[in-house]
Amino acid sequence: MLLFFLSSGLFLGWSLGANDAANVFGTAVGTRMIRFTTAALICSIFVIIGAVAGGAGASHTLGKLGAVNALGGAFMVALSAGFTVYFMTRASLPVSTSQAIVGAIIGWNLYSGSPTDSSALVKIVTTWVACPILAAAFAMLFYVVFIRVSCRFPVHLLWEDTLLRWGLIIVGAFGSYSLGANNIANVMGVFVPVAPFDDLSMAGFFTFTGAQQLFALGGIAIAVGIFTYSRRVMETVGGSLLRLTPQMALIVVLSQAVVLYLFSSQELSSWLLSRGLPAIPLVPVSSSQAVVGAVLGLGILKGGRGIRFRVLGDIATGWVTTPVIACVITFIALFFLENVFGIAVMA
Amino acid sequence: MPSLFERTKELTTEIDDFLDAVSEGALVFQKGVGDYLSGDIECFEERYETIHALENRADELRRTIESQLYRHSLIPESRGDVLDLLETMDDVINTAKNTMSLFMVERPEMFPGLEKEWLDLAEAAQQTAEAVVLAARAFFRDPRGVNDHLHKVHFHEKEGDRIAMDLKRKIFETDLDLARKIHLRYFALNVDRVADAAEDVADRLSIYAIKRTI
Repeated sequence: MLLFFLSSGLFLGWSLGANDAANVFGTAVGTRMIRFTTAALICSIFVIIGAVAGGAGASHTLGKLGAVNALGGAFMVALSAGFTVYFMTRASLPVSTSQAIVGAIIGWNLYSGSPTDSSALVKIVTTWVACPILAAAFAMLFYVVFIRVSCRFPVHLLWEDTLLRWGLIIVGAFGSYSLGANNIANVMGVFVPVAPFDDLSMAGFFTFTGAQQLFALGGIAIAVGIFTYSRRVMETVGGSLLRLTPQMALIVVLSQAVVLYLFSSQELSSWLLSRGLPAIPLVPVSSSQAVVGAVLGLGILKGGRGIRFRVLGDIATGWVTTPVIACVITFIALFFLENVFGIAVMA
Repeated sequence: MPSLFERTKELTTEIDDFLDAVSEGALVFQKGVGDYLSGDIECFEERYETIHALENRADELRRTIESQLYRHSLIPESRGDVLDLLETMDDVINTAKNTMSLFMVERPEMFPGLEKEWLDLAEAAQQTAEAVVLAARAFFRDPRGVNDHLHKVHFHEKEGDRIAMDLKRKIFETDLDLARKIHLRYFALNVDRVADAAEDVADRLSIYAIKRTI
């Protein structure tokens, strides 16, 4: 029964792997710089490591927004978020799992009469807005540094190609780690307070907490999504949707990885706090929007020609429509689950 | 199976060897024309054998480089440009070898007193080829340096055109019969064609270099 309830989260994980792995390795695979199997293997390993080792921070923030306290409720929250993503994708509307899950949690709060922590909500929404802007700023910075370094130290075309391949693999691994650390909260975050997993001690060396076991499961679901469905998405991204050179892809993936890492690293946040600086909010953000932000940043740096500013409007619309739609779907679905199927959706 | 680093090192060396072959071919061509003018046919034939071997080597290297680039999906963004560059560069040594083979087969009878013009023409062709080889090396190693060599290509090519024009004018001012005049003009055209082939490479290189620096 536990696995059945977790299935909605695992489905979200599969969908994340199928779609968002392309944000990390899409151009590299699409331009044949890296083989799909190599990309999928690296991406899967580092997504799982990121989820298990760094997934707690963003998950904690989602928990503050609303602690879903029954397994049935968590199941429906994840399922409704999944359906929202599915329907909005079918309707060609910009959508992000991060925004859908937040709307779904608020839907559960409304249904169960639990208060929604407004400060957590403001923190989350501010982060969504900051995500593409920061990605654009990082992309511009990295591009300028990249150009300066390549002018100062020119390398042979073939060595540049080899270095780029390794760069794409290393940055891709970092991007996958950040994706796992930041986005696992979307996949498994709602199950953390209710999943009945006990902490496991691994030969006395370290403890594998219940949340980490959940995150590992979610990470595996993401890996399955990468291996079963991301190939076509990667080839589309690399081939037609965003025409990036491998050099630009390296910068875009690095910018996206840094942004996702910033919004999920507890260590970095505590380090800033220890130096009297403001902590970074640990919030799940959209990797696709970080990519769009980074690409726009490069576009602005190159004179702003050919930038489709409508994309920005679409993203901003998604910040409002996605959570609202997810909230409404969750509210209605919870009503059905409780009253038609008689399953408890809150404690 | 060689690692990515070993393969890159190997290919870099092969590209350098290919460019060496073209550069050496142009030098052999210039020396060969000199030998022919001085009447040292034995030495000329040796030069012809050398340029023939260099041309074969350049062909072989070009094919190896092309198949390696495709087989291992290397430099996806610049592959088309590099293959095109190698093929047009190969035309330079092919043209030089073909011109030498024409000398060998047709044995044009030179008109005394025009040796300097012939030698200057062959030198201009060699210098154009040499400048384009340097531009090609810069394309691979430092694309911003390509233009430093391209202007020399255009200079030597124009110089070649000027010398060829002067030579043809002088040929037609002689009292040779028309058939010999036309025969010598044909050879002047062929020697100058080496510089033209090099300039074709330069025209493409200027675009490829811009693409690489964007």
